[in-house]
Amino acid sequence: MSGERTPPLLLRGGRVIDPGRGLDAVADVLIDDRRIAAVGVGLGTPDGATVQDVSGRVVAPGLVDVHVHLREPGNEDEETVASGARAAAVGGFTALCAMPNTDPVTDNQAAVGFILRQSLRAGGAQVHPVGAVSVGQRGEQLAEFGEMVGAGAVAVSDDGRPVVSSHLMRTALEYARTFGIPVADHCDDPTLSAGGVMHEGLVATRLGLKGIPAAAEEIMVARDCLLAELTGGHVHLCHVSTRGSVELIRRARERGARVTAEVTPHHLSLTHQACEAYDTHAKMNPPLREEADVDALRRALAEGVIDCIASDHAPHAYDEKEAAFDDAPFGVIGLETAFGVAHTELVCGGVLSLPALIARMSTAPARLFGLPGGTLAPGVAADLVVLNVTARWTVDAGRFLSKSRNTPFQGRVLTGRALATIVSGRVVHEGDPAPGPA
Amino acid sequence: MSPALGKDLIGLEPLSADDIRLILDTAEPFKEVSERPIKKVPALRGKTIVNLFFEASTRTRISFEFAEKRLSADTVNVAATGSSVQKGETLVDTARNLEAMRIDMVVIRHGSSGAAEFLGKRIRSNVINAGDGRHEHPTQALLDLLTLRDRHGRIEGLKVCLVGDVLHSRVARSNIWGLLKLGAEVAVCGPHTLMPRGITELGVTVFSRIEEAITWADALNVLRLQLERMETGFIPSLREYYRVFGVTLERLERAARPLTIMHPGPMNRGVEIDSRVADGPHSVILDQVTNGVAVRMAVLYLLAGGKPELADAAKRGAGAPGGTTE
Repeated sequence: MSGERTPPLLLRGGRVIDPGRGLDAVADVLIDDRRIAAVGVGLGTPDGATVQDVSGRVVAPGLVDVHVHLREPGNEDEETVASGARAAAVGGFTALCAMPNTDPVTDNQAAVGFILRQSLRAGGAQVHPVGAVSVGQRGEQLAEFGEMVGAGAVAVSDDGRPVVSSHLMRTALEYARTFGIPVADHCDDPTLSAGGVMHEGLVATRLGLKGIPAAAEEIMVARDCLLAELTGGHVHLCHVSTRGSVELIRRARERGARVTAEVTPHHLSLTHQACEAYDTHAKMNPPLREEADVDALRRALAEGVIDCIASDHAPHAYDEKEAAFDDAPFGVIGLETAFGVAHTELVCGGVLSLPALIARMSTAPARLFGLPGGTLAPGVAADLVVLNVTARWTVDAGRFLSKSRNTPFQGRVLTGRALATIVSGRVVHEGDPAPGPA
Repeated sequence: MSPALGKDLIGLEPLSADDIRLILDTAEPFKEVSERPIKKVPALRGKTIVNLFFEASTRTRISFEFAEKRLSADTVNVAATGSSVQKGETLVDTARNLEAMRIDMVVIRHGSSGAAEFLGKRIRSNVINAGDGRHEHPTQALLDLLTLRDRHGRIEGLKVCLVGDVLHSRVARSNIWGLLKLGAEVAVCGPHTLMPRGITELGVTVFSRIEEAITWADALNVLRLQLERMETGFIPSLREYYRVFGVTLERLERAARPLTIMHPGPMNRGVEIDSRVADGPHSVILDQVTNGVAVRMAVLYLLAGGKPELADAAKRGAGAPGGTTE
């Protein structure tokens, strides 16, 4: 972030969508001094301004992903803060939250500071560190939330693992309340899911793979809802995958519990049938479920019972996924496909309006985690995205800026992608990121 | 490569009823080879086959080896213990190294479901699944089908019940597919802790009580109960298992007609099956073992490109796989 002043940028004639302010109209957006200077019809061009005609395009607050695994420190061959931040920018994200299950675990203020420093050097999407709930994510002793928040952590989570002890989860919720941050939980009862590699159901039975029952997630969702009520703390449920979880969340919210939830693009679009032929790119935790679960998740997202979409971007090396299904690690990448998949499945599929999708991918996640962005209100930092919502493109993992290739969407034709991503007034992604060989 | 079966035999689920009948019919002439003083025909002369066993096996490995040798193939056995697999070599590297040695066929047993398919997709050699995790064990089911057909003269309309640990059993899955495709009625019986989710959606009846299963069935295929199932909490004790689900003489004597008794081996006598039943007049357990060699000869012969109608000729020592194309 150099102090030099870039010339003002005028985005002229786009469809400007700002769900937080109920705005959806053709307008101009003026960016000056790294901030949104004005949004309006027929804005004049200030001296020295760059004018970009974005008619036919959508201008929206930058997308925000509250659930991303960068592999730095520890597995930099799979992803670094820099490569993840660049991949996010290509995907239209201006901010992301980096989960703490690195090696070593991000469970102290120094580790949080390291992630932030790497983010400042990277210059893609802004990276907001999430600290661990427990020291070493071992589920025993609370990590130092206060110092981590002081160093820049925006939430705590032991994601990758559940917080198994109900007592620890209770104290985490109470303690996190002190600092006004959410506790993001990966809901999974390990005594039920141990050894499981995919959804427990007919496909697992046929393939002879050990299943993970929906109840393994729902038991922990129910517990977390009860603890949120008990403590008044904010529990954020990661990657909800079952229709039963949706109902539990709905009831808890009706009772006034501070429960929020996210869902991934893959859980909104794929079922356990993607595991056919032992495709390890369909192996993730929680696993892909059934058609009825996908339908319930889509409805819940439309109704706002599930607040936001998050990618659960989980990079793995090629070798690790090139293995028998039992032996491959859980997880898929998603930063560069999240918007395309969500737009194709939900907006083109008639589940959500485009403004509602922007709300679920920008406004809501920014608000839940207390992040800057998620709005085009004049005066805020200019974090925004220009979208081409009619562009049809084919997913080609070979062209990803992520260091990993483990996507379940390889070869899919998607509609909609980010044309330009602007972080604090600086264009961090523009056009086709990596033109293919001539 | 036989167009009838494709390159690999991974399981019975992808096969048609005609494919399965073709294998069983091809096995018939090969039965006689094992009854000769000189148990050898030249059908696979010059072919090299690797038996790649990542899991311990005595019966299946020996059965494959006899089948290969009786067809005159050159065979090598690779056991996971002591091989480079234990030094951390991945399955894919093992496969590529075998490929580089120009192997014609690989018979693989592996503890992970899908391992045979994984290998088959990555090498040009024919791959035969000798058991992958809990997925399939197709040659076991084929020999079970052949034994049932020998005994009853048909499969269609036969009522067959698989008894015991269906959840962890690749033998059960392959049997279910093979029996259903050939028109048998299929049931499973055992404690619900050992029944996989959605099993009824495959078209299978579930009996909770062994007495009901015995009343219903023409044949019982009694699955081996892995002794570690007790330690992992699926059943409280072997003693209780035998008392509730054991296939005993007393229970069978109450049936209106004698039931054919099968077991894929190795048996736990007094756990899932009464010795008097296993060794009794209606047990075909050793016929299964005999048929295993013939069925595996048929599978090897067909995948190597042997023409079904030439199996008789091959038996007489006249034909090689692929007929004149060699």
